[in-house]
Amino acid sequence: MRRRSALALAAAIAVAFCGTLYAAQPNPAGDLENGRKVYEYWCATCHGRGPENPGTQSLEVKYRGEVPAALEDRTDLAPPVTVYFVRHGFALMPPFRKTEISDAELRDLAAYLARNQK
Amino acid sequence: MPLPPDVSPANFDRAIAAFQEAVGPEWVFTSDEDVALYRDAYSPMWGEPEERVASAAVAPADVGQVQAVVRIANETGLPIYPISTGKNLGYGGSAPALSGSAVLDLKRMDRVLDIDEANASVLVEPGASYFDLYRAIRDAGAKLWIDCPDPGWGSPLGNALDRGGGYTRAAFRNHFDAHCGMEVVLPNGELLRTGMGAMPEAETWQQYKAGFGPWIDGMFSQSNFGIVTKMGFWMMPEPEACLIGRIYADEYDDLHALVRILTRLENSGVVNGMPGFGSPLLQRRVPADPQNSDPNDATQIDQALHDAFYAGDDTAKALIAERVKSTGRSCWSALVKFYGPERMVRLQWEIAREQFSEIEGVRFGDPEFYGFPLSDADLEKVHKPTFGIPSLSVFNFGIRTDLRPEPAVGHQAFSPVIPRTGKAIFEANALFARIFREEGLPVPPFNLPGCVWERTLMLICIFPTTHDAETNQKYRKALRRLIIESATRGWGEYRTPVAYYDTVMETYSFGDHALRRFHETVKDALDPNGIVSPGRYGIWPRRNRGGER
Repeated sequence: MRRRSALALAAAIAVAFCGTLYAAQPNPAGDLENGRKVYEYWCATCHGRGPENPGTQSLEVKYRGEVPAALEDRTDLAPPVTVYFVRHGFALMPPFRKTEISDAELRDLAAYLARNQK
Repeated sequence: MPLPPDVSPANFDRAIAAFQEAVGPEWVFTSDEDVALYRDAYSPMWGEPEERVASAAVAPADVGQVQAVVRIANETGLPIYPISTGKNLGYGGSAPALSGSAVLDLKRMDRVLDIDEANASVLVEPGASYFDLYRAIRDAGAKLWIDCPDPGWGSPLGNALDRGGGYTRAAFRNHFDAHCGMEVVLPNGELLRTGMGAMPEAETWQQYKAGFGPWIDGMFSQSNFGIVTKMGFWMMPEPEACLIGRIYADEYDDLHALVRILTRLENSGVVNGMPGFGSPLLQRRVPADPQNSDPNDATQIDQALHDAFYAGDDTAKALIAERVKSTGRSCWSALVKFYGPERMVRLQWEIAREQFSEIEGVRFGDPEFYGFPLSDADLEKVHKPTFGIPSLSVFNFGIRTDLRPEPAVGHQAFSPVIPRTGKAIFEANALFARIFREEGLPVPPFNLPGCVWERTLMLICIFPTTHDAETNQKYRKALRRLIIESATRGWGEYRTPVAYYDTVMETYSFGDHALRRFHETVKDALDPNGIVSPGRYGIWPRRNRGGER
């Protein structure tokens, strides 16, 4: 229960930080295919499925099966949460600059990770 | 965001407007939110006034735009700080050495310009990452290996310029030494090509390094003398096989012979992959052991045993001998790697075994043998950079685990170059342990080196960085002491985080700091306005020397 509350809080903070970005986008839904490509390029090497990915290992310990450890299998990643972590980083993951992931690419990435959101 | 002390807001505004015209307004970043993305995520000065932060960032798309930015910096006096991919984490990341500098973000220049399989060479731009190069080589179907650092999301060009290292054959794992030819935008905006690149019609830019006259490439490593916009590298042709052998010795004093014999084998060209040393008794694996590369499987440290390794007196040796007997684990291990045709690597291992047999009681593990491409099963378990494959798995050193519920925030390293002898390993460890104790910090496990560089050894002490100023200050104080006291023994840092640039440069003091004065002379000649990376690696332009840094 505490973990779910923490996730909800992170989402709320993320919405507060990232509202401007989303308000400014013409297509908040994003391009899922491009989002998948951004994910494969930037995220999967650490957060992909499989035991060799440190981001996935870490989230496995954090959530203990409560939510999937691999980001692309999550069903609870609202777009602002993805935007928040990409632009602020977490633990050993630094924030990503706009020359790495542009705002448009980030919108697509966030849409891709939210595609199964329940 | 702050400005350098001698740059007026009006000149800053003038520079920003000119940058926008040169590269397009969408590629000049000035808002607090955007500039914050350039903070050093692993800064050991996080949130303190000393933390180095940028005033803005500008991201050119090509060499012409880089030259334009340099000219604007000269006209306005706003210092610029080039980064390649900005992933030099632990050594400054994407933050400048002088607060208020504008970061020159070269990430958009990310092309792999040439892959020459016959010559086994590539030509890359600064923003291309090891992953980009890996994909480009695979797409081209070329059988070439990259020597990658850990992690592999950085830039081959940037890592080589910072004098990073990797894991494969000696000729490639010293990344700067493996380069062949560079293109440089000088601080006056002029474009220079080195080596054969200086001859316009030459087809040998990536074949012959020196060209004609003094070989100046080294001046652009760890420096602030120019902005490298292209760099060639010699690559390793995919070998037929890799064989990995393990050697075990039981006596504490066997380390001396292990180091001596391994060094002779390496200098003779028999051992050609990155060797290293470990201790089964301490459950310390050889750094970058291709098997079992997950550091989180490490067991709890037996402090009494580590203390005995540090002490090394007769009582300690008796304890170690007793533990070797009771556990059945050897005191030391060495790991040797061979890349080449199968027949050759098997013969090299046989020769190595013969030579290590000088050590009484030495034992050998069954060798691991790999052919290529690796199987999927092997790919899941091996240390990928040993086989030329970039990876981020090194980050598992600080992730959340059952034993570490809060993941690490960052790290910094103290990595002095020490003589390649067992004696130096023991003495350096003893000094480090004493300083840790005196500074009230937990004494780290006995440190065993990987042999990234030929001829010498490098011990790597990793310190955490945190977001707590008091903790960071404590580690900074200890790290400074390590730098200074190691230097009194002649053990010097080869690379360091921004916080320690001046401290390290101070230790290279032969001839009343003749080296630093030489750097300053070159700096003032090439960059009289002091606009390229002031302060990087302890080299300051005249405008900053003696003033506020």
